[in-house]
Amino acid sequence: MRRIYDFHGGIHPAEHKHTSVRSPIAEAGIPAELILPLLQHVGAPARPVVDVGDQVLKGQMIAEASAFVSAAVHAPTSGTIVAIEDRVVPHPSGHSAPCIVLAADGRDEWIDHAGTGDYTTLDRGALLNLIRSAGIAGLGGAGFPSTVKLDVKADTSIETLILNGTECEPYITADDMLMRERADRIVEGAQILRHLIQPGETLIGIEDNKPESLAAVREAARDCGIEVVAFPTKYPSGGEKQLIEILTGKQVPSGGLPADVGVICQNVGTAAAVRDAVLLGRPLISRITTVTGEAVSNPQNFEVLIGTPVSYLLEKAGYRPARNGRLIMGGPMMGFTLPQPDVPVVKTTNCILAPSPAELPLPPPPQACIRCGMCAQVCPASLLPQQLFWFAQGKEVEKLESHNLFDCIECGACSWVCPSSIPLVQYYRASKAEILQLRREHARAEHSRERFEARQERIAREEAEKAAKRAARKRAAEERAKGTAAGGPAEDPVQAAIERARAKKAAQQSAGGEDGPGELEKLEKAVVTTRKRLETATAKLEAARAEGSDLAEALQTGVEKTRAKLEAAEQALREHQQVRGGAPTEAPPADAAQAAIERAMAARAAESALDPREKARLQMEKLRERLQKSQARLEQGRAQGEEEKIVEALESTVARLQEKLATAEAELQDAEAAR
Amino acid sequence: MLELIAQYPVIAALVALVGLGAVFGALLGFAAERFKTEGNPIADQVNAILPQTQCGQCGYPGCRPYAEAIANAGEAINKCPPGGEAGIQALADLLDVEPIPLDEEHGEEKVKAVAFIREAECIGCTKCIQACPVDAILGAAKQMHTVIAAECTGCDLCVEPCPVDCIDMIPEKETLQTWHWQLPDPSAYRPEIIATDQAPARDRAA
Repeated sequence: MRRIYDFHGGIHPAEHKHTSVRSPIAEAGIPAELILPLLQHVGAPARPVVDVGDQVLKGQMIAEASAFVSAAVHAPTSGTIVAIEDRVVPHPSGHSAPCIVLAADGRDEWIDHAGTGDYTTLDRGALLNLIRSAGIAGLGGAGFPSTVKLDVKADTSIETLILNGTECEPYITADDMLMRERADRIVEGAQILRHLIQPGETLIGIEDNKPESLAAVREAARDCGIEVVAFPTKYPSGGEKQLIEILTGKQVPSGGLPADVGVICQNVGTAAAVRDAVLLGRPLISRITTVTGEAVSNPQNFEVLIGTPVSYLLEKAGYRPARNGRLIMGGPMMGFTLPQPDVPVVKTTNCILAPSPAELPLPPPPQACIRCGMCAQVCPASLLPQQLFWFAQGKEVEKLESHNLFDCIECGACSWVCPSSIPLVQYYRASKAEILQLRREHARAEHSRERFEARQERIAREEAEKAAKRAARKRAAEERAKGTAAGGPAEDPVQAAIERARAKKAAQQSAGGEDGPGELEKLEKAVVTTRKRLETATAKLEAARAEGSDLAEALQTGVEKTRAKLEAAEQALREHQQVRGGAPTEAPPADAAQAAIERAMAARAAESALDPREKARLQMEKLRERLQKSQARLEQGRAQGEEEKIVEALESTVARLQEKLATAEAELQDAEAAR
Repeated sequence: MLELIAQYPVIAALVALVGLGAVFGALLGFAAERFKTEGNPIADQVNAILPQTQCGQCGYPGCRPYAEAIANAGEAINKCPPGGEAGIQALADLLDVEPIPLDEEHGEEKVKAVAFIREAECIGCTKCIQACPVDAILGAAKQMHTVIAAECTGCDLCVEPCPVDCIDMIPEKETLQTWHWQLPDPSAYRPEIIATDQAPARDRAA
C-alpha cells in the first residue's frame, strides 16, 4: 500500500457535490452561435486562419498556435464564420477580447479525420505535434498548453506521472462524472502520456469522497501498471503542488516547476482529450461542464461544445434567474463572477455556478484583522497570510516578495476561515498584479534608459567626429597658407585659377581676328618704319634748305609723299583695330558707366584748373541759359493756358533762377574787385 | 621608559593620544584611497527609481541629471510627474525623507500614453526624430515617420516640434493583458461594529 502524505493546512468546506451527480452527462447540443475566444489558455493568443464568410467543418482548425506557449482553436461544429471581432470573454475584468464567431448550420458535419491505430510506432515529436495541433490545454483550470508541460527536456528524468482526479473544490463534479462514465478513455489517455514521458510510475489520484469514480477507474486501470490512489478529502488537495506532496511526499521548490522534482501532473480530463486526439484524431472541441446551484432546476453535467454561450447552457439546465444572485464561472472558492451570461464556455470552464443569494451570500463587510492566525494554520503553501495582508495594505513590495507571495495559489482557504471576513485573496491577487506590473515597468524603464544612454553616446560620438574633421580641415588650410607665404604662388588655388582665366582670355583675344596677330604687327611695323623714313626725309630736307641746295624741292615732295604714306598706314592700323572690336587697348563696352564717370571727373578737374573768375563766369552763363529756357517754357505755358499749378511752378522756377543769377553776378563782381 | 611616563603623566598621555590619532588617521586615509567607490551610488539608486521617460518635465535634460541633482544638490523629490506618487514614495523611502506631494508646476500624473503620428499628414521634417530621447521614431528626411510604440516612453517631447501638428498622444487602453485586480477598498464598506449603528438602518427599511 502506497504511503499517503499530508500537506500543511487545508479546509473542509461543505461539498454540495451530490446535486449534480444524480443524472448522467447530457449532450448540451448545438447553439445557434458559438463564440470562440482566441485566448482560452495561458500564453499567446491563437492566430486566426479563416476569414469571415468561410464555411468550416466540425473539427477544422480555425486558429493556429502563434507561439510556443499557445494553443490552436477548432470549429466545434460545422457552419459559417460570421465575425472575427472583440466579444466579452469569461474573465473577471469583463473586458472584450478577439473572438471568432461561428454560426452553426445544424448539420454538425465532421471534417475528414482519422486516429492513429498504433501510437507506439510514432516518435515523440510526431506524438507531441498531434497533441499540439489538437489544441489541448489543461482542462483542470489554469489552461496551460499541455504540450509545453509534456515536452520535457532530455536531461530531466521524470519519475512520476500523476493524473489529477482530485476535484477538491465544492460543487464541481465534471471530473467525477468523467471518471465514472469514461474511465476507460482516461486510462487510455494515461497510457499514451506514459508512452510519451516514460515515467517510473504512473498514478491516478482521486479523493476518497468519490467512491464511484474510484471503483470505475480502478476497474479500467486493472493490470496495466497504472496505480489508482485514494486519499482523504481536503481542500485544496487538487492543487498541483499539494497533490504532488500528497502522493510522493516531495515539495516543489518555491518558484520551481513539478518537473524539477521529477513529476508531471495532468488533469484526467486532459488525458481523455489526449486519447481522443491520438486515437480518434478529434481535436479539443468540447468538454464536460457542471451546471449547478440552487437557481437551476436540473443541476447536472453537460458535454458542451467550446464556445457555447453560458446563457444557452443555463437554459438547458432549467435556469431560474429570479432565484439567482450572481453567476459564477468555476467553483465558489476560486471562481469569479461573470460580467454577463452571454460569455462563452471555454476550455477551462469546469463549472457554471448559479447559486441563490441565501446559498452563497455576499461576504459581510470586512473588519479589522485580529491576528488570530487561523489563516496561517490553513494555508496550503505554508505562508503567513496575515503578514502578507499587512504588507499588501502598505504596498510593501519587497516584504511581500520576501514572504513568498508568489507561492500563493489563491485557493481562498485563508479568506474562508477569516473571522473578520477579510477578502485576503483579493489583496494577494492585487499585490501580485501590482508587483508584476512594477517589474514590467522597471524592465521597460531599464530598456528606455539603455536606449537613452545609447543615443547620448551616439550624439557625443558624432559631435566628436565632426570636431575632428573641422580641426583637420583647419590644419590643412593653415599649412597651405604657410606654403604660399614661403614663395609657392602656384600652390594658391585662387591665384592659379585667376591666372588660368587670364591665359584663356588672352588666347581667345588673340584668336579673335580672322587674320590674327600677324596682320596687326605688319601694320604697326609699317607705321613705325614710315614714320622713321619721314623723320629722316624731313631731316634731309632741312639740311638741304640750310645748304640752299636745289635738291630741296625734290626732297619736299618726297617728304610729303612719305607723310601721306604714314597717314595711310596709321589709318589702316586704326581701321584694323576697330574691326577687331575687343582690341586690348580699348575699354570693354561694359565699362561705359566707368568711362562716363571718368569723363565727368576730367571735366571737373579741368574746371578746377580754371581760375575762380572764369569759373564764376561759366556758371553765370549756364544759369543765364537755364533762365532763358525756363522763361521760354513759362511763356509757352501761359500762351497755351496750362493749369495754374504748373504755371505757378514755372514762375517759381524762373524766380529762383533769377535769384541764383543775381548771386552769381555778385560773386563775379567780388572776384573782379579782388583782382 | 616607565619612569618617564610616571614622571610626566600629562605629556605621556598627550603623546599617546597624538600617536593613536596619527595611526588611525593614516589608516582611515589609506582606506579612503584604497576602497574608493567609483561614481555616485546614491545617484544610481535614485536613477533606478525614476521612470526613465527622459521627458525633462523636472527641468533637467533627462532622468540621470535629475537623479544626480537629487543625490548631490538636494533637489526636491517631487518634480517627476511620470513617476507619480509611487515614485515620490519610493524616493522618500530611499533617501529617508518625508514624502511630499507632486509639484504641480512640473505637470500632473497622467495615464501613460504612446505617441502616434498621423502618417498622411507627416511632411518628413525629422524634427520629432531629433527630439525623441529614446530613438523611438523611425523615418528619414522627406519620408514619412512613424513611432515604434513598444519603445515610446510617452514623454511628449515630439509633439511640440512638429510643424504640422500631426502627432497625437494616445493614452494606453486597459486590455485583458494589462488588467489586474485592485486592492479592496476598505472605505467601500461601512463597518457596523457597534450594535446601535444598525438600528437607524433597520428603521428606514421598515
